[in-house]
Amino acid sequence: MKEARYGDFEYEGRGHPEVRDYVQIAVALCVVIALELTVYYLLAPVALVVPLLGIFAAIKFFIIGSWFMHLRFDSRIFRRLFLSGLVLAVSVFLATLLMFVLATPPPRT
Amino acid sequence: MSAHVPAVPEAHEHHTSTGLSNNKIAIWAFLGSECLFFGSLISTYILYHNQTNGGPTAAETYNIPFTAIVSFVLVLSSMTAALGLLALQKGDHKAFRAWIAATALLGMIFIGGQAFEFTHLYEEGFTIQTSPLASSFFVLTGFHGGHVTVGILMLLGLLAMSLLGRLPQEDAHRAELVILYWGFVDIVWVIIFTVVYLIPTLGRG
Amino acid sequence: MVSTTLPVRKPRYLRRTAKTGLWSWVVTVDHKRIGMLYGATAFLFFLVGGIEAELIRLQLARPNGHVVSADAYNTLFTMHGLTMIFLVVMPMGVALMNYIVPLQIGARDVAFPRLNAFSYWVFLFGGLFLYSSFLLGGAPNGGWFGYAPLSTGDFLPGDGMTFYSLGLQMLGIASLAGAVNFIVTIINMRAPGMTFMRMPLFTWMSLVTSFLLLFAMPVIAVALFEMMFDRVFGADFFNVAAGGDPLLWQHLFWLFGHPEVYIMILPAMGIVSDVIPTFSGKPLFGYPAIVFAGIAIGFMGWGVWAHHMFAAGLGPVANSAFTLSTMMIAVPTGVKIFNWLGTMWGGSLRFKTPMLFAIGFVMMFVVGGLSGVTHAVVPSDYEQTDTYYVVAHFHYVLFGGSIFGLFAGLYYWWPKFFGHMLNETIGKLHFWVMLIGFNLTFAPMHILGLQGMPRRIYTYPGNMGWNIPNFVETIGALIIAASILVFIANVVLSRRREARAELDPWDARTLEWLTPNPPPEHNFDEIPLVRHRDELWHRKYAPTPEGVPTRIIAGGERTAADAPAHEAHGIHLPSGSYMPVMAAIGLPVTAYGLLFFPPLIGLGLLIILTGFFGWVLEPQTVEEGY
Repeated sequence: MKEARYGDFEYEGRGHPEVRDYVQIAVALCVVIALELTVYYLLAPVALVVPLLGIFAAIKFFIIGSWFMHLRFDSRIFRRLFLSGLVLAVSVFLATLLMFVLATPPPRT
Repeated sequence: MSAHVPAVPEAHEHHTSTGLSNNKIAIWAFLGSECLFFGSLISTYILYHNQTNGGPTAAETYNIPFTAIVSFVLVLSSMTAALGLLALQKGDHKAFRAWIAATALLGMIFIGGQAFEFTHLYEEGFTIQTSPLASSFFVLTGFHGGHVTVGILMLLGLLAMSLLGRLPQEDAHRAELVILYWGFVDIVWVIIFTVVYLIPTLGRG
Repeated sequence: MVSTTLPVRKPRYLRRTAKTGLWSWVVTVDHKRIGMLYGATAFLFFLVGGIEAELIRLQLARPNGHVVSADAYNTLFTMHGLTMIFLVVMPMGVALMNYIVPLQIGARDVAFPRLNAFSYWVFLFGGLFLYSSFLLGGAPNGGWFGYAPLSTGDFLPGDGMTFYSLGLQMLGIASLAGAVNFIVTIINMRAPGMTFMRMPLFTWMSLVTSFLLLFAMPVIAVALFEMMFDRVFGADFFNVAAGGDPLLWQHLFWLFGHPEVYIMILPAMGIVSDVIPTFSGKPLFGYPAIVFAGIAIGFMGWGVWAHHMFAAGLGPVANSAFTLSTMMIAVPTGVKIFNWLGTMWGGSLRFKTPMLFAIGFVMMFVVGGLSGVTHAVVPSDYEQTDTYYVVAHFHYVLFGGSIFGLFAGLYYWWPKFFGHMLNETIGKLHFWVMLIGFNLTFAPMHILGLQGMPRRIYTYPGNMGWNIPNFVETIGALIIAASILVFIANVVLSRRREARAELDPWDARTLEWLTPNPPPEHNFDEIPLVRHRDELWHRKYAPTPEGVPTRIIAGGERTAADAPAHEAHGIHLPSGSYMPVMAAIGLPVTAYGLLFFPPLIGLGLLIILTGFFGWVLEPQTVEEGY
């Protein structure tokens, strides 16, 4: 038997998803999209819908990352590399957009 | 095991310091970098989402049902891509090729959809020159489409390698690069779908 | 289990590789050769950027100068900045990283040798592309930070700023590819026992630099794409009339631009942190502190970008926040200064040329760092923005800092690259002439700036009280030029006269000196087993019972040179490949297509695609191709 190499489908000794899992995940994602559309078309108050849509997007993001990109089975190093980029991007761009809001003078009345 | 173990550094990867594949560290670092790339583009879009320059607004322009269908296609392609990788990891080369071909095909459907959408928008007078909104829309979704296109080319490359016998089971981590990249492209679409299409057009329905 | 063995057959395609001659340099994937290519190219660009600087200084030597026209002046200062930043300091750092990092961590090559070659060729073609603008209708003339709306087609209609957006885009691709490569190399290719906290400082700082590049390059890429779409396709990103916001350019540019500052200085800090312990005969004082200070600078470098934009009117909240963060980033930088001082304190100092440059680095960098802190205070920054005070500040950190640090590295590792030393006497002359010239040029700029002389004016009237400092600066600039000639003379003379370098000419502490000078293609016959920080030193010295380190004769320095030749068998390195060059050539072709002749875009993309497909499908070694 050959020695362990990557490509062995045990990710970091934490197993791996099976065909069934992948299909279920895809179904779950489709359900979330359907929910998004339902909320989008049926619910009225924007203040409620925007956070809901944000949460749905985050759920889809999380599911794809942890299953289809199998981060939950794989080495922490990968997770950290990806998260460092993601967290950095979210923080600097939130700060940037916030500065645009702060720098805009209040409309004169 | 196989007599073919190329004696070059990349083949000795089981001697790496972390025990992980060079390729996979590289792709995850690159995807981290891509977060900043799409972060810049998405922030530009958010900044300009109301700058219509007298042209059409987002709500007047986008076709949500069409975009929703495209979203399903992309989710499906992520599944086929993941299944393809699983097949290769288990040594089922035929299934691998079939899933990868299916993924590339779904990707092409997505690109076809985008081409259709862009043409339609141009005909309606919503072009890259119309307004900051339009510029940021086309550049953001265009770069996403570009990423999908590169992904399709890489999937075809995998297919070619597999058919030439250059993608043995133990090199599945090479195929994994493409599959991870493909998953990321899907993730970006998740954000685009919500931020670009859904939120700015709310209340139109 | 199914194995896929390649059947024996004829090579599928021509795989022209060579070990010597010009072609061997084109197809090389050896990190040492690529490092040399980077270094040589960066030095040539250094001369070009230097000539531009001399022209600027000649123009400003006297009031109402007539050496160059106003237009030419705009081009000169823009190209001087772009050249020195993107074509000199960054690639010179990368040159040393390429050559030294794999040796310092005990690796045979970088993780992706062909990607490494690709980075170099893209860098070279990007630089040549940028300079080809002089022949093709005007070079960039909107300043190195290309502020919108000045840089839009309405105000600078020629092709110059389009060359800027496309050229920098290519250089960014090169840097990004290099960054991924070095991150993987340093994380994953270390010799057994080389834990993170045993890594030499230059390797550490290369890792931090690579992460900064990894995350900063995509931001500038987007800014440049937006500029390019504005200029080539008539998009409205920075078109104020259509509702575009020029502040967006500033934010994206400085989101990249401030990490970029640390990208330029951190490799130099790493070099100095390796040089000073060697010539002080002491281990680096506070190794963990200096490592974490480097990481902290890398992190905090992301939270200070808006201090470049205080004068843009961001509002009091943003200005205050960025004042605070900017002042805080001085703390880890100060920690490093004290580490270097603490290393020298009580050491047995040897003032060889690399050490002189390293000390020069510390001193000049402190001056630049202090004037930097004065910018952090918003009211004081309002006074200094766009004056010569800023020019003085960033030359003290980039020339007094980075360039001095890089010269320290060049003198230190020269025997490693070429097998012979650089002459000490001429080297010291080089250092002193450069130090004097540098201070004559840039110190008076502080005063000129506070007197209100704006940067980027092509001339000034004679009654402003600026005449004498400006004249002194020009003299200083000529002295710097003389010092570079001294360096060139040193390189030429030493090549003929200096004896072959000993194995470990500086009594160094890190692994790269375990190999012969220059190292064989595979670096190490046997990958060393690392047991200590400063591994090489511990192989040379052991404490006596009284605790005094004494030289041991146990053959600790046994190197590749002593090893029987047959050990090199069984080490297979990847063969040369022309695919990286091919893929890289496609980029300028595409860029010229965007500028002049759209069908070239298709051709360029086709070349890139062919290059990459060839790259993926070609076997790693020639033997495999049969």
